[in-house]
Amino acid sequence: MSESIINEQEEAIKVDYEKGNFSFPEDYTYDAGTGLSEETVAYISKVKNEDEWIKEFRLKALEIFNKKPMPTHWASKDLENIIFENIRYYLSKGQKPSRTWDEVPDDVKETFERLGIPEQERKFLAGVEAQFDSEAAYSRMKEDLEKEGVIFVGSSEGLEKYPEIFRPYFGKVIPSADNKFSALNSAVFSGGSFIYVPKGVKLKQPLQAYFRINAENFGQFERTLIIADEGAEITYMEGCTAPKFETATLHSAVVELVALKNAKIQYITVQNWSNNVFNLVTKRAHAEENAEVKWIDCNIGSRLTMKYPGVVLKGRKARGEVLSIALANDGQHQDTGAKMIHLADETTSNIISKSISIGKGRSTYRGQVHMPKHLKNCKNNTECDALLINTNSRTDTYPAITTRGEGNTVQHEASVSKVSAEQIFYMMQRGLSEGEAMSLAVNGFVNDLLKAFPMEYSVELKRLIDMEMEGSVG
Amino acid sequence: MNTTLNQPTVISSANEPQWLLDRRTSGSQNYSNLPVPAAKDENWRFASVLSQDIHAFKPAPMPNDDAIQHALSHSTLVEDPIAEFIFVDDHLVQSKPLSKELVDKGVCFVSIDEAIQKHSDLLEPHFLKESTRLGSQKYFGLHASAVKAGALLYVPKGVEIDKPIAVYHWSNQDKGLICPHTLIIAEAQTKVSLIDVLASTTEENQGCNISVSNIEAHPSANVYRKVIQNFNSSTLSFQLDSATADRDTQLENIAINLGAAKARYENQIKINGSGAHVTMYSLSVAEGTQEFDQRTLQTHNAPNSVSDLLYKNALFDTSRTIFSGLIQVEEGAQQTDAYQTNRNLLLDQRADANALPGLEILANDVKCSHGATTGNIDNDELFYMLSRGIPHRVAMQLIVLGFFEEIIEKLGSDSLAENIRKLLEQKFASKIKP
Repeated sequence: MSESIINEQEEAIKVDYEKGNFSFPEDYTYDAGTGLSEETVAYISKVKNEDEWIKEFRLKALEIFNKKPMPTHWASKDLENIIFENIRYYLSKGQKPSRTWDEVPDDVKETFERLGIPEQERKFLAGVEAQFDSEAAYSRMKEDLEKEGVIFVGSSEGLEKYPEIFRPYFGKVIPSADNKFSALNSAVFSGGSFIYVPKGVKLKQPLQAYFRINAENFGQFERTLIIADEGAEITYMEGCTAPKFETATLHSAVVELVALKNAKIQYITVQNWSNNVFNLVTKRAHAEENAEVKWIDCNIGSRLTMKYPGVVLKGRKARGEVLSIALANDGQHQDTGAKMIHLADETTSNIISKSISIGKGRSTYRGQVHMPKHLKNCKNNTECDALLINTNSRTDTYPAITTRGEGNTVQHEASVSKVSAEQIFYMMQRGLSEGEAMSLAVNGFVNDLLKAFPMEYSVELKRLIDMEMEGSVG
Repeated sequence: MNTTLNQPTVISSANEPQWLLDRRTSGSQNYSNLPVPAAKDENWRFASVLSQDIHAFKPAPMPNDDAIQHALSHSTLVEDPIAEFIFVDDHLVQSKPLSKELVDKGVCFVSIDEAIQKHSDLLEPHFLKESTRLGSQKYFGLHASAVKAGALLYVPKGVEIDKPIAVYHWSNQDKGLICPHTLIIAEAQTKVSLIDVLASTTEENQGCNISVSNIEAHPSANVYRKVIQNFNSSTLSFQLDSATADRDTQLENIAINLGAAKARYENQIKINGSGAHVTMYSLSVAEGTQEFDQRTLQTHNAPNSVSDLLYKNALFDTSRTIFSGLIQVEEGAQQTDAYQTNRNLLLDQRADANALPGLEILANDVKCSHGATTGNIDNDELFYMLSRGIPHRVAMQLIVLGFFEEIIEKLGSDSLAENIRKLLEQKFASKIKP
C-alpha cells in the first residue's frame, strides 16, 4: 500500500485515539503510595470513612490475595511481569461525587472534554458517571430516574447509604477467594458503580460510565454491582480509554450482576486501554428464574486482557449470553472467553466469540460450560470464529465442556480462517485499495456482532477496527 | 523386599546396550521423581484422582497353562493375520512368524526382547526416545524401566504388506503389570497394517497396563494401526501412543476402547512433511463406573498436510468420558487442514461427558475447526422407528450402533468390523433395557 493511500485512510477514519494520550500534573490529595500491605488497605478504608465490616472484608481479601499463587499453570507467563510492589493502589482527589457540573474541577472537566463525553450525550444518556482515577468525580441522574427509585451511585456511597440493598449481594456473586485478582480488587477497591433498579422498572436508555487511568503505575480497581429487581430491565455501558505510559499499569475490576426473577440485564463493555495495561477483570452474573443476562464485550486495547464473563443460571428458564469481539495487534494478547454454569432446568446459554489477530497479535478463547447431572433440557451453543490476518498471527481456543443429565444438549464449534484472496481481489478490482478491502472484509467478519451494540458504539468500533488494521497489509 | 518400593529396579537382560540402559535409568528416575498427577494439572483436568497405587502392580511370572490356553483360544479377533504374536503377562506364548518371502525382502517382525539383542541399531533412533507430552510422563517412565514385551515391525523401502499383522496382549495375574510396546518403522513407499489387541484372561484379575506405541512413517509410507482395548472392568490402563508422519504419508489410527475400570488414552501425532494425511478415529463405550480419559495432540510442523480426528463416545450408567484435544499449527505450516470432532452420546442421565477441544494456530492460511457435541438419543428418531413397529430395545441398539458405524466402517476389514460389531452388541445387550 502506498503512503498516500495510508494518509488518505488516516484522514478518513480519524479517531480520537491520541486524545487519550495525555496526562495532567499529579496533585492528588490522598495517595496511598506504592506497594500493598495491611497499612495500605487500612489507609484506603480510613480515607473512605468506611464501616468496620468493610475494612475487615478488605483485610481478609488481602490475606487471600497473598496466599493465592499466580494462575500461570494455565495462563500466560506474562502475568509474572506484574510487580505488585510498584503499583499505587489508591489515589483520590479527595472529593465527594459532584452533583452538578459546576462543582466538577476544571482539569477534570477538560479530561472529560478530551475523552469525548459531550454535553449533548449527557443529556441523551440517562445518567453519566465518569470516573477520574479512583473516585467518581461526576455523577448525575435524571430526575425521573430518581423518581422511579433507581439508585446509581459509586461503590463507597452505595455501601454507606444503602447497605440494606447492596450488602446482601456485595462479594456474593464473586467471592474474594474466587481468584487472585478478585481478591486483590476486594482488598483495595475504590470507585465503580452500584446500581439498583426496583421491581418492574424498565430503563429505556442505557446507563453509562467511563473509566480512566491517569497516574503512572496506578492500578485501577473499580467495583461494580448491579441489581435488577423482579421484572426490571437495565442496559449498562462501560467504555475504557487510558493514556499511554512508560511502565505497565494494572487494571483489575470486579463486576457483579444480579438479575432477579424475570429481570433483564445487558452489560456492554468497550475496552481500549493503551497496550501496556494489564487488564485482568472478573465479571459474573447470577440469573434467577426466567431472567436474562447478556454480556457484550469488545476488547481492542491492553497488553494482556484476561476476562471471562460468566453467568450462573440459577433459576428455571434463565438465559445467559456472551457476545465478544477481540482484536489483538502486535504485542497484545487478548485472552477472553465465557463461563456458563447451568444450575437449573431448562436454562439456555449462548456464546459467540469472534477474534481477529493482526501482526504478531495473539487471541485466545477460553470457555467453560457446565451442566450437572440433576438437570433437564438445558441447552448451550458456542461458536468461536478466529480470523488471522498475517502469517505470524496466532490464535488459540481452549473450551471446557461438562455435560450430564437428561435432554441436555451442548454444541461447540470453532473455526479459523483468513481473508480469502478472492474476496480481496474482487474488491480491489472494483477500485478499493488493498487496505480498504481488508478493512471491509474484517468489518464484515464482525458485522453481525457489531449490530448487537448500541448505534454510537458500533460506529466507534468500526473506526477502531479500521485503525487497528492500518499497515497490516501491503 | 527392602524399602525401595518407589524405585522399580531396572529390568535388564544380560547384554542390553548402553543407550538402552541409560534410557531405562532415566525412565525409572522419572517414575520415582515426578509427582502423581493432580487435578490442577491442565493435562489431567476433569480426570478423577487415581485411587490405586501403581506401585502395587508388579510384573508377573510366566502364567500357568490354563491361562495360556484361554488366551490362545480367544485370540481370534483378527482373522487370518499374516503374522502374529500372543503375549500373556508380557511373556510371549505363541508366535506366527512372517513368511520367508517377506523376511527375504528384509521385513523384520520380532519381539522387543529379541529386537534388543539383535536389532539394537534399528531400535536406537526411536525406542523409548521421546516421552509423551500429554501428562503421563511419570507412567511412561515406569514403562521405559520395565518394558520387555511387544513388537518391533520394520518395513524396508518399497515393501507392501497387504494383510494385517496382529499382536495380542493378555493380562492374567492379579496385581500384574504389563508394559506392551509397539514400534513400527515404515520406510519410504511402504504399506503395512498392524492391530494390537489388549484384553484380560479373566473377569476378576486386577491388572495394570502401561502400553506405548510409536509409529515412524517415512516419505510416502502407508501405515494403518488399530488398537482394541477390552480389559476386564477392574483393570487400570494407560495407552501412550505417538506417531511421526513424514512427507506424503498416509497414517491411520483407530482406537477402540471398551474395557478397563479407568483407561487413559494419549495419542500424539507430529506431521513433519508436507502432503501427509493423518486420521485419528476412536470409538468408546463406557458403562458402570468406567472412566475413559482421552488426550490428543495434532502438531503440524509442515505445510500442506491434513489431519482429521473423530472421537465418538457412548455413555451408560454413571460412566465418565473426558476428551481433551489440541491442534497445534506451527509458524509456516500454511495450507494446513486440521479437524477435530468429539461426539458424545449420553444414554443415562447420570453419565458425565467432558470435552476440552483446543486449537493453537500460528499460521494464517489454514483451515482448522473443531467441534464438540453432547446430547441424548433424538426422540424423533426413536419415535420414527417405534411407529414402524421396531421394538424400543432394538431401536435403541440400532441408533447406538448407527452412531458408531461411521468409525467401524473405517476399520477397512469386513471380518474385523463384524467382530467389533459383535463385541459392541454384547456390551449393549445387557445395557439397553427391553
